[in-house]
Amino acid sequence: MTKQQSKISDKSSELLRLSTAGSVDDGKSTLIGRLLYDSKSIFQDQYDAIEAVSIRRGEEGINLALLTDGLKAEREQGITIDVAYRYFSTPKRKFIIADTPGHIQYTRNMVTGASTANVALILIDARQGVLEQTKRHAIIASLLQIPHLVICINKMDLVEYSQEVYDRIHDEFEDFASKLDVHDVNFIPISALKGDNIVDRSTNMSWYEGSTLLYYLENVHIASDYNFIDVRFPVQFVVRPYSDDYHDYRGYAGRVAGGILKKGDEVMLLPSGFTTRISKIESYKDEIEEAYPPMSVTVHIEDDFDLSRGDMIVRANNVPKQEQDIDLMICWFHEKPLQERGKYILRHTTKEARCIIREVRYRMDVNTLHRDMQSKTIGMNDIARISIRSTLPLFIDSYQRNRITGSVILIDEGTNETVAAGMII
Amino acid sequence: MKYHLDHLEELESESIFVIREVAAQFENPVILFSGGKDSILMVYLAVKAFYPARVPFPLLHIDTGHNFPEALEYRDWLVDHFKLRLEIGSVQKAIDEGRIKEEKGFNASRNGLQTFVLLDELEKGKYDAALGGGRRDEEKARAKERFFSHRDEFGQWDPKNQRPELWNLFNGRKHFGEHFRVFPISNWTELDVWRYLAKENFSLPNLYYAHKRRVFERDGVLLADCEYITRRPEEEVKEEMIRCRTIGDMTCTGVWRSEAATIDEIIEEVATSRLTERGGRADDKRSETSMEDRKKQGYF
Ligand SMILES: Nc1nc2c(ncn2[C@@H]2O[C@H](COP(=O)(O)OP(=O)(O)O)[C@@H](O)[C@H]2O)c(=O)[nH]1
Repeated sequence: MTKQQSKISDKSSELLRLSTAGSVDDGKSTLIGRLLYDSKSIFQDQYDAIEAVSIRRGEEGINLALLTDGLKAEREQGITIDVAYRYFSTPKRKFIIADTPGHIQYTRNMVTGASTANVALILIDARQGVLEQTKRHAIIASLLQIPHLVICINKMDLVEYSQEVYDRIHDEFEDFASKLDVHDVNFIPISALKGDNIVDRSTNMSWYEGSTLLYYLENVHIASDYNFIDVRFPVQFVVRPYSDDYHDYRGYAGRVAGGILKKGDEVMLLPSGFTTRISKIESYKDEIEEAYPPMSVTVHIEDDFDLSRGDMIVRANNVPKQEQDIDLMICWFHEKPLQERGKYILRHTTKEARCIIREVRYRMDVNTLHRDMQSKTIGMNDIARISIRSTLPLFIDSYQRNRITGSVILIDEGTNETVAAGMII
Repeated sequence: MKYHLDHLEELESESIFVIREVAAQFENPVILFSGGKDSILMVYLAVKAFYPARVPFPLLHIDTGHNFPEALEYRDWLVDHFKLRLEIGSVQKAIDEGRIKEEKGFNASRNGLQTFVLLDELEKGKYDAALGGGRRDEEKARAKERFFSHRDEFGQWDPKNQRPELWNLFNGRKHFGEHFRVFPISNWTELDVWRYLAKENFSLPNLYYAHKRRVFERDGVLLADCEYITRRPEEEVKEEMIRCRTIGDMTCTGVWRSEAATIDEIIEEVATSRLTERGGRADDKRSETSMEDRKKQGYF
C-alpha cells in the first residue's frame, strides 16, 4: 500500500444545502442542468449520453434537463417524483441540491428536501407570474424555516427581458411574503435555457443590478444558520472500549445540536438534573477545546454519572423545556390518515418514545395559509397543527429556535413507516 | 476561532453520525467491504466513530475469486491494522457447490453472482443492517437513495416505497426478516473522497496510483490482462502506465491510462477528468438503466 502526504494546501470551502421546488415546466431541470454544466460538474460520458438521447428524441440542441432525470419509471412518465440529490462544486463551495417536484401531491417530498436546506430556490415562470404553487413553496420554506429564499424569475427570454414584468412579479411576491416568517428573500431574473444571470451576468438585462445566481449561492452568509447559543448535546452512543488500555474509559458520543461546548464548562445532565463539568472533548485521537454544531465528537464528564442514549448535556442556566405535552405543526406523509387519539412512535434527537394524538387543532391550507378549524381529517400531504402527549418528557426547543432539537418524526407502530414530520411550536 | 466546518469536516461529521446511529439502532450490522476506496473510507470513518473502542461490526467481503491480488493484500493489512473482524462470502464456493452457475463467453462476469452470495451471507449471518459505500453522485439511480434504505425480506429495494428522511432523524425500525442498507457516505463525491483521504494521509492500495501493467482494450474499456479473462485473438496485450479509479472484480474493472503517481496528481486528474469513474465499468454499460436493475435485485 502507498501512503502519501498531500502537498496541496487544504482550501477550506463550505457546504451549502439547497432545496428546489418548481412545477412541471417551470424549467427546474433545465436550471439544475445548467448549474451542473456551467460549473463543469458534468462528465463527458454523461454529456454524450444526454446528447444521444436529445438527438434520438429529435430535440433541437442538447437538453440539459435530461441530466437530472431520475429513475426509470419516472423517466417513462416524464415527471420527477421523490427527492433526488445532486452535487456540484465551485472553488468556493460545495453544493448539495435536494431536487423535489412542486405539485401539491408532493408536498411531503418538498418538506423532506427543505428540512436541512440553507437556501430554498423557488422558480417562477415569467409568463405566468406568482401562482398558487409559488405561494405553496414559499409557505413550505417558511414553515421549515429555511434561512434564505432565492426567487428565480425564469424564462425572461420569453418576455423580452422586460424589467416591467420582473418588477410586477417581484412586488407581487414581496407583498405575499410579508405574511410569512421569512427573513432573507432575494430575486434574480434568469433564463435557464440561455444562461442569463446563472453564472455570467446577462447582457440582456442591464437594468438588473443584483448578482447572478451562482454568485449569490457562493456568497450568501450561512455560517450562522445553526444555533450557537443554547448548548444542546444529545447523547447518541456510549463509547466503552472494554479493553485493558482503556479500562475506565466512558465517552459520550454525539453530534452537537446547539451552542458551543468547552472543556471545563459546568453542565447539567438531563433528565437527572445533576451538574458536573466537561473534563474532555475528543474527536478521534485528538483532544479539542471546543465543539459546536454540527460536529460529531465524544464528550467526557468529571463525575461518575451514568448517561445513556437519548439523554442530553446542556448548560445549567440554559435548559430546554422538558415536556410531555407538545404542540406541533406537522406534515402528514402517509396514505392512511392521521388518527385522532391514535398512538404513534415518536423520534426526537436520539430519543424514542411513544405518543398519543390528543387533538387536531386545525388543518392549514398550504396555498393560502388559511386555518381550517372544521376539517379534522389529516391525510397525505396535509399540514396541520396538533397536540400530542408523549410517554416520556422530551428536551425540546421551538423549531424556530433550533431546527435540530425542535423537530420530530412520527412512526406508525404497525408498519414502521415514517408517517409525519413535526415542528415544535 | 472560527465556528464553522469546512465541507470535508461536515461530511465526515455527518457520516460518523450515521455510522453511530447504525450501532445504536441495529443489533447485528455488517460493513460491506468491496476493496475500493469508498469502502476503505467507510471503514476508516467507522474506526473514527468508535475510537478508542473497536468497530462493533465485522466486515463482509464478497470474494468473486477474480480479485486483484493487491486488493486482497490491502484488505488483510487493513483488517490487521484496525483489529477488525473479517467475514468472507465466496462466489467460487457457491459455484463449486452448484448453487449458482457461472456465466459463459468472452464478457463473462461474476457480478450478478455476487448479488446471490451477498444475500445468502446476509441471511446466514442474520445481519439486520449492511453498510455500503455507495455515493449518490455515482450514478442516476443512486441520486434518490436514502441513508437508511429499507429492504424487504427478499433483499429488494422498492424505489417507490422509500421512507422519507428528514433532518437527522433516521428511522431504522423494521419487521422480523427485513433489513436495511445504510450508506453513510451518500453525500460525498469522488473528489471529496480523494481530498479527504489526502488530508488524512491514509494509506491506499497501490492500484490507485499509476503503475506499469499488461493491459488490453475491449469495447473501449482498458482491462488488466489476467487468467480470469479469455482474450479474443485480435485483442493485443501491451504494457502501459495505468491506474484504477475503482477497484472491483478484475473481469469488469476498467483501468485508466494515467501518469498520476501521487495523491495530489490523482486529485488533479479527478478534478479535471472528463469521464465519470463508472465510465470504466463494463457492467454498467450493459444497458442505460443497468445499475437500477441490479439495485432492485439487491446489489450493493
Ligand atoms: N425559452 C425558455 N425556455 C425554457 C427556459 N427554461 C426552461 N425552458 C423550457 O421549458 C420546458 C420545461 O423545462 P424543464 O426544465 O424540463 O422544466 P421542469 O419540468 O420544471 O423540470 C423545456 O422545454 C425547456 O427547454 C428558459 O429560461 N427559457
